[in-house]
Amino acid sequence: MTPAGYSTIEIMTIAAARLLKNGAVCFVGIGLPSTAANLARLTHAPDIVLIYESGPIGAKPPVLPLSIGDGNLAETADTVVSTPEIFRYWLQGGRVDVGFLGAAQIDRFANINTTVIGDYKKPGTRLPGAGGAPEIASCAGEVVLVLKQAARAFVKKLDFVTSVGHLDGGDARGRLRLPGKGPVAVVTDLCLMEPHPVTKELTVTQLHPGVDREQVRKATEWNISFAAELKKTAAPTETELATLRDLERRSKEAHGSTAS
Amino acid sequence: MESETVELKYPVQPVFSQADLMADITTIREAIAGLLRDGDVVAMEGFTHLIPFAAGHEIIRQRRKNLTLVRMTPDVIYDQLIGAGCAKKLIFSWGGNPGVGSLHRLRDAVEHDWPAALEIQEHGHGDLSNAYVAGASKLPFAVLRAYAGSDLPKYNDQIKFIDCPFTGETLAAVRSIQPDVTVIHAQKADGKGNVLLWGILGVQKEAVLAAKKAIVTVEEIVDDLKAWPNACILPSWTLSAVCCVPGGAFPSYAHGYYQRDNRFYQAWDLIARDRDAFRDWIRTHILDTDNFEDFRRVLRESSARSAP
Repeated sequence: MTPAGYSTIEIMTIAAARLLKNGAVCFVGIGLPSTAANLARLTHAPDIVLIYESGPIGAKPPVLPLSIGDGNLAETADTVVSTPEIFRYWLQGGRVDVGFLGAAQIDRFANINTTVIGDYKKPGTRLPGAGGAPEIASCAGEVVLVLKQAARAFVKKLDFVTSVGHLDGGDARGRLRLPGKGPVAVVTDLCLMEPHPVTKELTVTQLHPGVDREQVRKATEWNISFAAELKKTAAPTETELATLRDLERRSKEAHGSTAS
Repeated sequence: MESETVELKYPVQPVFSQADLMADITTIREAIAGLLRDGDVVAMEGFTHLIPFAAGHEIIRQRRKNLTLVRMTPDVIYDQLIGAGCAKKLIFSWGGNPGVGSLHRLRDAVEHDWPAALEIQEHGHGDLSNAYVAGASKLPFAVLRAYAGSDLPKYNDQIKFIDCPFTGETLAAVRSIQPDVTVIHAQKADGKGNVLLWGILGVQKEAVLAAKKAIVTVEEIVDDLKAWPNACILPSWTLSAVCCVPGGAFPSYAHGYYQRDNRFYQAWDLIARDRDAFRDWIRTHILDTDNFEDFRRVLRESSARSAP
């Protein structure tokens, strides 16, 4: 909890939620992205369409799903389709505006590693793997990444590129004819980064309240650049905070309530 | 010349009729014993929902070995099978404990070769789900627009790039998955062994139709499925065995029957972290129990003991 009365995770989630426009079709990863997308739905974006990779389209879960295939996603969805169909017709078919993803590690061009830390054949740490991220990262209209900032997560060189961001920068995505624009924002617990319009290198454009440049530098392994006009993230509104806390409280209650 | 008319003695019939092959309605013990061999390629699907845990336990109980396990999300079911030493290879696309963290038995096998080395073949959800579609279509591969710039194809020789014969565009191809045996859990079957499932369907239908043999456990067997048009039905003649195992997807869930037991998934993290704790758990709960009902009884007793 900051002296301001909200935690760094809360400001990250709220800043990420604000990026989602009402009515956007959003392909949601589990965890922080799902929390932020549902917060958006419960605040400024009631008509947002949430798609989860297990098959629900237009899910409106009353509490946050703990897994990507929770029953409340199916019960509240406009329709539930099979997993191959989700990837084939809906994502690859170009019907997703925003892919909303987490990551274990990213680099300066917002390429994503969710596979392994260390050597693939002799892993230091084996991570869960790709899930739907490679296809989301290439096919969604644009991509928003949400993850906590630390030097071990914002690294100079990824051990493994699971899903592509802007590759080696510039017009690399265009050269590979990737259908989507790729990452347009990275939201952390310290700041918001956006790719430089030309080089596509991540640049800090917005600092969260109470955060200084030095904190961001320390939590980034590469030499991070800052926008000339560095903005400050607006503090959470009462509605945003109350809605987020209520959602998380209800979710916690719901998930702890089923006994063996 | 006048053409001769040949009168058929019998209406034309195929020499072999698939529809004559109805699924056996049997126990899961007999189904696994009769249909699943050491060394088989086995897919046990269910995307968080309808995960065939009872069947997984029975495979452990019958000590099947050297299996190639295929599953988009290995989940706790494969953590158990891998830790119990049933697998030599895993084909998957996301290997975590959903909502909790790591699958420790999977990680221990990959990172430290315990209880044995585990070969892995790693995909993304989009390509693995479509590899089942290709399998069900009896095509050699599925095609998709993916993996440009990704490292995954460097470590998975079942993902290649091809040029579109019409536009020249480079596309990804993934070899189709055609398991020896697919196992799923569903809500209902009727007396003939026709199966109905609903809710989140994942790739269950594709995995069944891609396989040489399919085993389905169900919550109940009813007289009439009362299915609506377009319902997801797997006709009896596409299945090898149907087994009534109420609660057989526990600790995952069965839409319309019971919810996911999130506490079990959380508790699993502690059990699976430690090799000895895991071995004890498998012995007490699976190897030393007779069937899934017995497993549930022992689990209730051990949970009551460990409750605060």
